[in-house]
Amino acid sequence: MLAYLIRRLFAAAVMLVVIILVVFSIFFLVPKWAGVDIATSFVGKQADPHAVAAVREKLGLSDPIYAQVWHFFKGIFVGRTYSAGGDVTHCAAPCFGYSFRSEQAVWPVLTDRFPVTLGLALGAAVLWLVFGVAAGVLSALKRGSLWDRGAMVVALSGVSLPIYFTGLLASAIFVFGLKWFNGQYVSISDSFSGYFEGMILPWITLAFLYAAMYARITRATMMEILGEDYIRTARAKGLTERVVISKHAMRSTMTPILTMLGMDLGALIGGAILTETTFSIPGLGQAVLTAIKNQDLPIILGVTLITSLAVLLANLAVDVLYAVIDPRVRLS
Amino acid sequence: MTAPLHEPTAEAAPGAAEEAAVAATGATAVQGRSLGRIAWERLKRDRLALTGGIVVLLLIVIALLAPVITSLVGQDPDVYHQGLIDPLFSTPKGSLGGISGDHLLGVEPVNGRDIFARVLYGARISLLVGFLSAVVAVVLGTVLGILAGFFGGWVDSLISRVMDGLLAFPQLLFIIALVSVMPNQMLGLTGTGVRVFVMILVIGFFGWPYIGRVVRGQTLSMREREYVEAARSLGAGQFYILFKELLPNLVAPIIVYTTMMIPTNILTEAALSFLGVGVKPPTSSWGQMLSSAIDYYDSDPMYMVIPGVAIFITVLAFNLFGDGVRDALDPKGSR
Repeated sequence: MLAYLIRRLFAAAVMLVVIILVVFSIFFLVPKWAGVDIATSFVGKQADPHAVAAVREKLGLSDPIYAQVWHFFKGIFVGRTYSAGGDVTHCAAPCFGYSFRSEQAVWPVLTDRFPVTLGLALGAAVLWLVFGVAAGVLSALKRGSLWDRGAMVVALSGVSLPIYFTGLLASAIFVFGLKWFNGQYVSISDSFSGYFEGMILPWITLAFLYAAMYARITRATMMEILGEDYIRTARAKGLTERVVISKHAMRSTMTPILTMLGMDLGALIGGAILTETTFSIPGLGQAVLTAIKNQDLPIILGVTLITSLAVLLANLAVDVLYAVIDPRVRLS
Repeated sequence: MTAPLHEPTAEAAPGAAEEAAVAATGATAVQGRSLGRIAWERLKRDRLALTGGIVVLLLIVIALLAPVITSLVGQDPDVYHQGLIDPLFSTPKGSLGGISGDHLLGVEPVNGRDIFARVLYGARISLLVGFLSAVVAVVLGTVLGILAGFFGGWVDSLISRVMDGLLAFPQLLFIIALVSVMPNQMLGLTGTGVRVFVMILVIGFFGWPYIGRVVRGQTLSMREREYVEAARSLGAGQFYILFKELLPNLVAPIIVYTTMMIPTNILTEAALSFLGVGVKPPTSSWGQMLSSAIDYYDSDPMYMVIPGVAIFITVLAFNLFGDGVRDALDPKGSR
């Protein structure tokens, strides 16, 4: 187990470096190749050449690329100092730069908004796993074609509906039409029940599509596993059907579901961001939306980086869970 | 991911029917049928997939003929009809978002542009980006996938790691990031042209690992087959084996994954335009219509429903067709 963990940790560390490099290239190299000057987009449309030159010096955009990469890494892990002439700004440890528009540090914006997005994503993931897996197991046990067809129709339409459209539709029907929810985001520190009331619709919207997909996968896997020899053995030695299903069959069923969960985490973040924009939830997605409107690249950079890191960590957690559930993984 | 579970009875019946048909037609049927022909026979029997395919064809025709159709109904996507707007609420006069004989799907709030014409023009952007980004992904994915599978070793490890990495990233954010740092002018293109071009490149770039993974797996299993060995023992070069022996056998999975990728790409394009990094106004796109509909979801719900339904129908049609194509071409299908 320990060797497995160390291997995973090492792979994650390599991935972390790769992610930072990729994000760096997207924001500092790709624009250069495409002929866009970042300093100009900082200063704005009617750029005064002196201001542009000052910004370029301060952000170190004229330095050789290896130096820029080094400063970027240094900023993230130990902090960095921007200086141009007498104008010196120190940016403390997790330095993600400064917003082009508000000139505030990006990091506090991220830490403010990250928990909101995390809450949305986690709630939705719990909903879809619980309901998806439960529905899948049920339909595998009671092989009625109605169940199966229902899940298939829901899954297919779920995959075909843009999440921001389902969100709008849900708001129009349940908030505006039926007035079941008040549809207002309330911070969890202000009111616990208010938070739940405001989040229930976004959670369901985000979970809907995945729940149907997971139900189908669970059903298929469960049916395959119920045909295995070890299930017959378990039944033959007189275990109750409940134990056979919940102890023996469930454990193997969970492995492919975990694999899928690991792969869907990135998509989940994307979905959460789109969901936030339709329900006006003040998370990372809304920050990105505003940043797109304002051409505020450092905020987009920060959100891209922090969500990639979150996905990386979550994948690490999935890997560990994987090893706990399936001993074969540890040994290979 | 969405492999249908065929009940044995449902499978046996059409197979038996076909065998009977084959027996009945006699001599002509005994001739070997090409893979394409077999697939087409199967596809013809799949009603859902066929419906999807017909809708897709219709959509393509509509998108190509958008200027003709709109001028036939006498509407232009960019003409304002402020007379049709209620000055008090800035929503369309009349019920259901101002649907009338002139304006088949009503008009937009505020400036009263014809929604029917704008939806037709929106189809052009969606399909163009959906198709061409799939082409980019297929070309990249096929070449890299074959290289990884065929050469193995460090080439394989490198390409596979890149694919895993790209698949694990929060793709939408990376696409947003890349699209938003791109210039508004490049390679002689400006305005909508450059936005469309950038979206095609970026969406295609993030899509290739899906194809690449499948192609790699197939190549890996096929390079040890007897026919490859036979070609090699006859002195065939590596590139001959790659392109003349392996590639033809990869066509089926590539077609399947391409048809399944197009709807995803259409959704991504809509999401980008919805967020404001896709095509810019006044060019119409479905995602952008939905994003401006947010402000009117209670006062003019039709404005949001129409582009949403347009996306839904398009993506569903592609998905149904794609599922059918997969079932028809699936080499594992026991029919």
